[in-house]
Amino acid sequence: MSKFKQIFSYSVLILASVISIFPFLWMIVSSTNKSVDVTKGRLLPGSHFMQNLTNLLDTVDVVSALINSAKISIITTVVAMLIASLAGYGFEIFKSKSKDILFNFLLLSMMIPFAALMVPLFRMFGSISQTVSMIGIDTLAAVILPTVTTAFLIFFFRQSTKMFPKEILEAGRIDGLTELGVFFRIYVPTMKTTYAAAAIITFMSSWNSYLWPLVVLQSPEKQTIPLLISNLGSSYSPDFGVIMTAIVIATLPAALLFFIMQKHFVAGMMGSVK
Amino acid sequence: MIPAKANQNLQTTKSGRKIRVKNAAIGWSFVIIATVMICLFYFYPMVQALILSFQSGTGTNLTFTGIDNYARLFKDPTFITTVKNTVIYLVIQVPVMILLALFLSVLLNNKTLKLKGVFRTAIFLPCVTSLVAYSVIFKYLFGQDGIINIMLMKVSFISEPIQWLTDPFWAKIAIIIAITWRWTGYNMIFYLSALQNVDESIYEAAKIDGASSFQQFFKITIPMLKPIILFTSITSTIGTLQLFDEVMNITKGGPGNSTMTISQYIYNLSFKYTPDFGYAATVSYAIVIMIIIFSIIQFKVAGDKNE
Repeated sequence: MSKFKQIFSYSVLILASVISIFPFLWMIVSSTNKSVDVTKGRLLPGSHFMQNLTNLLDTVDVVSALINSAKISIITTVVAMLIASLAGYGFEIFKSKSKDILFNFLLLSMMIPFAALMVPLFRMFGSISQTVSMIGIDTLAAVILPTVTTAFLIFFFRQSTKMFPKEILEAGRIDGLTELGVFFRIYVPTMKTTYAAAAIITFMSSWNSYLWPLVVLQSPEKQTIPLLISNLGSSYSPDFGVIMTAIVIATLPAALLFFIMQKHFVAGMMGSVK
Repeated sequence: MIPAKANQNLQTTKSGRKIRVKNAAIGWSFVIIATVMICLFYFYPMVQALILSFQSGTGTNLTFTGIDNYARLFKDPTFITTVKNTVIYLVIQVPVMILLALFLSVLLNNKTLKLKGVFRTAIFLPCVTSLVAYSVIFKYLFGQDGIINIMLMKVSFISEPIQWLTDPFWAKIAIIIAITWRWTGYNMIFYLSALQNVDESIYEAAKIDGASSFQQFFKITIPMLKPIILFTSITSTIGTLQLFDEVMNITKGGPGNSTMTISQYIYNLSFKYTPDFGYAATVSYAIVIMIIIFSIIQFKVAGDKNE
């Protein structure tokens, strides 16, 4: 590689990295500064973090928003894994022409924009509210139910199952396991990495989802982290230090999860397009 | 003797069929929950939306009005503005982001490059932020006296602050910059893994033939990665057509309606203005139709180059 090309490559990559990281740095630095300093463009860490945190806890109920978000994301992830892997396994192991047609039909749902589902779903849950208030408007169940099954995840599990050694399943059947037994005792343990990748993708998208919770959750004590941040961000006299502290708290769980499981995450994304 | 054997054969085929029927039932039972859920929460609402789109009224007082809603679409200035905005985001942001991601992935794919992992992680980092969180950060970065204006003025790039969020033109640019920041690394990862499967010898041969880096990029890299480029451009298109979180949290659709997207208009029609679910459903079908049209165009464009 010529000298010029090398310098060019490094400068472009360094510039791209700096631009990518800068908003994070600014967010973290701002969470340690007073609001006044943030507006003055201070880029050095301060010592105001604890004060910002105390102010944040005084103004909004971050803890219950974190708990709500955690509940929704964990339940969504567990249920989504179960439903999607059962289906992905079923479509691949018990392959048939009619199931392939159904599979392709289910894939069509990936083209449906959520904005188009929002109104009918809201009306659906509105009418359910009157009979079964447990899963009606303003409940966590209403947030989880419509988003827990995605064609993408089913597709993802089916793709991964293609490489699964099917002889092992046969061995399990000969040993007298039922079909469900084969699935839970043999398939699930061998597919750990696939489950890890799928779980990260699902958890992150659930943790970050905004539009549907915004529509369906109405009482303040039910709000999730994205709703809380959005509300803080649209206040008329924003305290930048406090808002950035809230964003740091909201971003940390997802970011940590990402760094711990980075390999699976990238593998998961790739798996989706194999 | 003979009838007995025939009888036996009959029995095995019978039980064989029974096993097959039982197997089929087991197979279906694995996929049934997912199928019911997707029909219930995707296809059924779409049918409901279609019925709704022929109705009008406020709240639950809906009456059938035929194609009135569809006629209204073409006369609705807000709808036309939101379609224009969404298409502007789409035709500017998606190609810019895809070219940028391709370019970065080619640079990163260099074998002699040091610190590869650091660069890759840094550029991918924006993908771990939630859409709302990064939108709020960008809103303040782009503020009138935000850090971007401060820095641009410090290096004397501009003499007075840019009205990022209050000028219709700059507000769109701010949104495009924000989305590009969030998604370039995501797309780059796809290209990077695809590039690892491209045979090095093709580039060697091109170099011997005297092809410049520029020519190698457009004549080898892009054609080789076509399937993955098609995949990422379709997912980006679908994503951009549904744009909501960013616009809602950076500009709220303003100034005026100059950054409002179709999704946000549907939200406003249903939950912000006097609710008109019927017309909102009609607008939502406009997005569905746009997704179909753009996907077909992209498949066509990709297909033609193939021949």
